[in-house]
Amino acid sequence: MKKRTFLAGVAATALATAAFAGSHGDGPVKVGFVYVGPIGDGGWTYEHHQGLLAVEEAFGDKVETVYQENVPEGADAERAMTQMALQGADLIFTTSFGYMDPTINVASKFPNVKFEHATGYKRSDNVSTYSARFYEGRAVQGHIAGKMTKTNKIGYIASFPIPEVIRGINSAYIHAKKVNPDVEFSIVWAYTWFDPAKEADAAKALIENGADVILQHTDSTAPQAAAQTAGNVVTFGQASDMGEYAPFPRVSSIIDNWGPYYVQRVQAVMDGTWASVDTWDGIGPGMVGIGEISDAVPADVKAEAEALRDSLASGEYHAFTGPINKQDGSAWLAAGETADDGTLAGMNFYVEGITADIPN
Amino acid sequence: MITLEKRPTPSKLWSYLTPIVAVIATMIAGGIMFGFLGNDPVAAIRTIFWDPIFGEFAFYYRGQLLVKAGPLILIAIGLSMGFRAGIWNIGAEGQYIMGAIFAAAVGLAFYPMEARWLIFPLMVVAGAVGGILWAMIPGILKTKFNTNEILVSLLLVYVAESILASVSLSLLRNPDGAGFPGSRNLRQYESSANNELIAGWGMHWGVVAAFIAVIFAYILLSRHIMGFNIRLTGESPRAARFAGVNPDRLVLFCLGLSGALAGLAGMFEVTGPAAQISIDFNVGYGFTAIIVAFLGRLHPIGILLAGMLMALTYIGGEAAQASLGLPAAAIQAFQGMLLFFLLAFDVLTNFRVRFGREVTA
Amino acid sequence: MDLSSINPILLIASLMVASTPILLAAIGEMVAEKSGVLNLGVEGMMIVGAICGFATAVETGSPFIGFIAAAAGGAILSLIFGFLTQYLLSNQVATGLALTLFGLGLSSLMGQSYVGIKPPATEKLDIPLLSDIPAIGPMLFNHDIWVYVSLALVAAVWAFLKYTRGGLILRAVGESHDAAHALGYNVIFVRLAAIAFGGACAGLGGAYLSLVRVPQWTEGMTAGAGWIALAIVVFASWRAGRVLLGAYLFGGITVLQLNLQAAGVAIPVELLSMSPYLITILVLVIISSDRNRAALNAPASLGRAFHASH
Repeated sequence: MKKRTFLAGVAATALATAAFAGSHGDGPVKVGFVYVGPIGDGGWTYEHHQGLLAVEEAFGDKVETVYQENVPEGADAERAMTQMALQGADLIFTTSFGYMDPTINVASKFPNVKFEHATGYKRSDNVSTYSARFYEGRAVQGHIAGKMTKTNKIGYIASFPIPEVIRGINSAYIHAKKVNPDVEFSIVWAYTWFDPAKEADAAKALIENGADVILQHTDSTAPQAAAQTAGNVVTFGQASDMGEYAPFPRVSSIIDNWGPYYVQRVQAVMDGTWASVDTWDGIGPGMVGIGEISDAVPADVKAEAEALRDSLASGEYHAFTGPINKQDGSAWLAAGETADDGTLAGMNFYVEGITADIPN
Repeated sequence: MITLEKRPTPSKLWSYLTPIVAVIATMIAGGIMFGFLGNDPVAAIRTIFWDPIFGEFAFYYRGQLLVKAGPLILIAIGLSMGFRAGIWNIGAEGQYIMGAIFAAAVGLAFYPMEARWLIFPLMVVAGAVGGILWAMIPGILKTKFNTNEILVSLLLVYVAESILASVSLSLLRNPDGAGFPGSRNLRQYESSANNELIAGWGMHWGVVAAFIAVIFAYILLSRHIMGFNIRLTGESPRAARFAGVNPDRLVLFCLGLSGALAGLAGMFEVTGPAAQISIDFNVGYGFTAIIVAFLGRLHPIGILLAGMLMALTYIGGEAAQASLGLPAAAIQAFQGMLLFFLLAFDVLTNFRVRFGREVTA
Repeated sequence: MDLSSINPILLIASLMVASTPILLAAIGEMVAEKSGVLNLGVEGMMIVGAICGFATAVETGSPFIGFIAAAAGGAILSLIFGFLTQYLLSNQVATGLALTLFGLGLSSLMGQSYVGIKPPATEKLDIPLLSDIPAIGPMLFNHDIWVYVSLALVAAVWAFLKYTRGGLILRAVGESHDAAHALGYNVIFVRLAAIAFGGACAGLGGAYLSLVRVPQWTEGMTAGAGWIALAIVVFASWRAGRVLLGAYLFGGITVLQLNLQAAGVAIPVELLSMSPYLITILVLVIISSDRNRAALNAPASLGRAFHASH
């Protein structure tokens, strides 16, 4: 009995909220953001917050935004979302993979609130998912890296052995190898997304082991600084442009650009056209940005990299186009065949040529 | 000249009054800080302290207070036993993680068998065992090699975190999860789910366990010989030895008990609110519980109240972030202030403040 | 596997840099603990030092002034702890933890406008002649000044505790505050000074992270270094020389495990990443199993409140 009254209470509040928002047809749309880190991380959460600012910029006083930082995954995330929904949010962006089940749970209690979960795979009538094809950016990086290395040794600072990261390593490797058959990858697993001191040490370790190009899949600029100190080591910005290290060591970057998507989804809520979708956008729609390729890169390499970027953007070329074998030599993609999204989403193997093992 | 004079016995009146005085002082100091940050101080304080209990959405927050306070109280009760005896287990966070991993491993081993009557109790036992085993490492090293338990228990937190990351990526990874890290959802598996006993109340088995632990600790300390030994060792280790207390056994008992309760907290969390093993499963309950234990003056009832107060600042702080846009950092600083004031005003319980000229002895 | 790609000279040079923050924090905490005060707020003092140093260095353009500000910031924060524990006799463990919580919050508030900025560079000292010695030169004599400051501090603390009257008083206060008080020493003053020294050192350690080792400001950037510093003090059984050993051992394993990964050694990564902690525990067990020696060095009054009842 008590169960029913509570659910009724929640539903009533949600309905009342929706009614309230509805009756004030021109009242602001309330948009909530749940962040996994602090805005000051300069990387992942920072870029999502840039997306929030883009929404404010685009809609002015037609939107009201709320956000909560440093929300741990699990029970705390559920509470943060419930709180926003109770307080009348119309649309809530949950910006970490670990928020997947909490998002689905909360969404089932608030059928009138729309949810957008980043990087997950579970959807429902009022839950969309969205993610970016960062591996397209990795392809461009790999191309430049293969051309720029003189020691033929490319260092890769990886976070955790999950499909997202492995996909990035494979994409970068394939395109580096294509332009430089002698290239070798050495991969350090930091087991953290964000620990500046550890990232700095990892970068130094790679440089001392002969790497002269560093790719990173962790969020701080510490590796950039380490490369700068070392002298002639090339780096790429990750998550944000890291332009303060341009033109060298940072020669280009992968930028998470959530703004356009967020603006588009808020607009859909305003127009009443919002529907549950699965978005996986790349360079083309602008979700993955390729930061300015600096003049430290020779003009011909820059032109090739930009051509690669444009062909990825137009969809004319896919970053995983066969022939590609798996690490154990077994065939994966036949000549001309491109990878399907299902395999990419769950990628848990290296491609042929990478010598290390994936930790497990 | 202001001097402090030790009271012959702690003041009953002040021991009840100081928490209230401290909270009021924090509201004033915190209000000033929020004011400097450009927020309305009154609104901020009301959002943190009043709204979660009496505000518009209190029907939701009251349950959440229990969800947050449950593990804090459960862990703090265990820690307080050791702290009373001068045994410093700083690594409850690690024991909490290991309890959760053990419990989840047992539960997932049975998946998808439907036998809640068997599996859930087994998981409870596994959680406690995981915590005990992890706590026995510093315990045995201390009794055998005289190794400092503060250091070992603390370092083992980092080891436990590495193990957690590793199992979420391999051993316990959800085979149907498309290669993403994290285990199956244990709350959606009927046999392992630790759901709210009454929907919306926040009361799950972990909260029940916390309340039982409070009562158990109260009886142990006031009625049982082990409780007497613990108190005696804390007050005078020499006297305890003369009274025939075996220090090694006491160390193992205290570490084992705190490990078991921390492991249980992890078990109830992973099957309930957190719902799965993931890389970032632990959120610092083991460390916050140390503060809760001291705020509660190592007394079971005190810990119960301190746990609830701590939970209130978390829940209210989050509400203030979402509704007033206060930065998370301001809430953290505010919690720090609250602790400072609580600890500072505690002096009034044990000491009398004398104004005027120093009385020469 | 290709171990030959690991260059031992560079490895030692980077372990010195990687160890310096925890070395600075640990040597300061050791002095505080020698006076009988257990301050678990090292992490909080470090991170406040990190932002004070960073902000000041950015504003003034001088990393040196930044480091001074970091020491001041750490010391001021530590005096909150000092006031509470020494005058108001609050519990040291709980107050220290509260200090960490407060410091993490305060530093994020202070640092909001300093995210994504590059600090002015701290120059490496190119010690003439010495740095030209093959192998030894680049390994030991090609660092920034703060690496040498940290080493000098260790030596100074060692000498202070062993040879000076002030060191004797500090140790007396830590061994038995009642006896020290009866002898006419001002227990509270000595402890406050030790706490402030600990805070200043932790602040320097934090600034070394934000200004040299990383260098940038990000919230929560100390990422547990303060706890490691605390562990190293106990590990060192309250001796300056062993603090150095402990810090370099810990930093060394951290750097080495990353180097082994970079060289492609086939050891499970999980095992490598927990190795610094496991090896520290192992060494600790070996040291402490010699019962007679380890217990002697722990200050007898550590963590106990002092109240002069006349």
